[in-house]
Amino acid sequence: MGGPDWVYTETVKDHFINPRNILTDEAEFNADGSGTVGSMACGDEMLVAIKVENDIITDCKWKTYGCASAIASTSMLSVFVKGMTLAEGYKITPADITDQLGGLPNHKFHCSVLGDRALRTAIDNYLEKQGRSNPFKGKTAVMICECKEVTDQDIEDQVKRGVSTYEELQEKTEIGTVCGKCKDKTLELLHEYNHLYGGTHA
Amino acid sequence: MNKRLIYLDNNATTPLHPEVIKELTDGFNLFGNPSSMHFFGREAVNKVDWAREQVALLINAEADEIIFTAGGSESNNMVLNQFLAAQSTGERNKIVTSTIEHPSVLETVKELGKEGMETIFIGVDEKGRLNIDELKKAVDEKTALVSIMYANNEIGTIQDLKEISSIAHKKGALMHTDAVQALGKIKVDVKELDVDFLSFSGHKFYGPKGVGGLFIKTGIKIGPLIHGGHQERGLRAGTINGPGISGVGKAAEIANLELNEERVKIESMRDRLEAGLLNSIPDIHVNGDKHNHLPGTLNVSFPGAEGESILLYLDLEGIAVSTGSACATGSLEPSHVLLATGVDIEYAHGSIRFSFGRFNTEEDVDIVLSVLPGIIEKIRSMSTFTPKDIMGNAEHREPILNPKGAE
Repeated sequence: MGGPDWVYTETVKDHFINPRNILTDEAEFNADGSGTVGSMACGDEMLVAIKVENDIITDCKWKTYGCASAIASTSMLSVFVKGMTLAEGYKITPADITDQLGGLPNHKFHCSVLGDRALRTAIDNYLEKQGRSNPFKGKTAVMICECKEVTDQDIEDQVKRGVSTYEELQEKTEIGTVCGKCKDKTLELLHEYNHLYGGTHA
Repeated sequence: MNKRLIYLDNNATTPLHPEVIKELTDGFNLFGNPSSMHFFGREAVNKVDWAREQVALLINAEADEIIFTAGGSESNNMVLNQFLAAQSTGERNKIVTSTIEHPSVLETVKELGKEGMETIFIGVDEKGRLNIDELKKAVDEKTALVSIMYANNEIGTIQDLKEISSIAHKKGALMHTDAVQALGKIKVDVKELDVDFLSFSGHKFYGPKGVGGLFIKTGIKIGPLIHGGHQERGLRAGTINGPGISGVGKAAEIANLELNEERVKIESMRDRLEAGLLNSIPDIHVNGDKHNHLPGTLNVSFPGAEGESILLYLDLEGIAVSTGSACATGSLEPSHVLLATGVDIEYAHGSIRFSFGRFNTEEDVDIVLSVLPGIIEKIRSMSTFTPKDIMGNAEHREPILNPKGAE
């Protein structure tokens, strides 16, 4: 449609209008692993189902209840995760997904967090079904800000991308902007990651 | 996509009436300061006087009972902040309002609570109607003001204001109503409703943005919110917005002439959309009061489909609506109004408000009915849950009497 810019990028719009790899028939897909994450309070819920061969993700299908950016980000994830190893899939961050989408508005960032979390849950589920030990589990993201759903991995990821102050982190993730209870823990992690990745304000 | 754009968000704001645009344009040429004594000033003030009379006529008030402000939110703030001073005297330090007010009332009352006033938020039933028994219990000799909106912006429910005013007055409290959504849409008569204050806004009935006003019943003494000038009887300092006020005057004049006719036309479009949606989309729920609602407001929940997604698919079809979903506003919580009526959270996230105005046509209804069923089917096919998964929840949930938004 002509006129003013749309609310999201062209890539988001494309994946919203033509979502890829929707899980239409669970029985037929017969997933090797699946996981559901999300919170109805926020209005987002996401299911990711994967097929795995020789520790490679060969197929990925999904269902999402949520806004346009939630739909587009899961669709995008399902496309680029194919062919990745389980280890690679486990390391996907929310920022990886938003980068592929050409960016998301700041207040929408938490929507795409769901995709990577759902994928990790699906990989956990796959390994559990196989009766295998989970070599990645120790690295599972820990929720730091419950209100805005920001994990320690999100903070780590932002620091790797050059964020060093609490204010910058809030700008990118809205962490601690609701109840603020997580501020101390966040500052602690910021200090730690700044130390690891060379932030200058630590 | 359709070639034409369809605007169904008239409760957010209305397009300007062409006659209002002409009035505004003429008004900009009357540049004189309405407070000046010379010819230019007198020419400008005559227009303002005329506009005041038109608005007074619309609500059955006297012209000198109307002051102009920069809009509904300012008018609401002005009334509510009057009572802060009274609080220090120790008498009548209580304000009673509802859980479904506009944020300009809810947030202001919460601020007054922080300053030490006693504040009470009365709940509503599943239709959005104020709990009258609760109100009777809450209003007492300590109550300074009862502030209840006339018609709700999200679900359109109209309150029994006459009864509410009489409950307030019986205990000697003053009565304020935020009538921003009612003016120009339904009959508003300050004498019949027996209110002491009434807030309104120009841009909700085809007038310009940034101009609204407040009715203050003769004999009631209040002070200014904005200090520094004698304008508007000393109650609202700042150079009078002559052109904007003339625009509101014209909008009021048109409403005086055409309200009844428009009301019938608008309500019939709304009702046809409601019937058409119920007929073509399974498992939906119409929010609000089936009988007592604004003629142009239709609020529908589509469980299994999230509101922002519905809004944006409609936007791609050239149809403008709004939603009570949390996603669309960037807030954590969906509509405080819908939650206050006790609907389940999935129903609130999946709610869409269609609000009709005088420039809509029957063809608009046809186009929405031709595209929306497909959109809902598409979104539901991607969803992690179906309407059936959550059905039954809504009926069993009690309305929230004090939702988070109104603590």
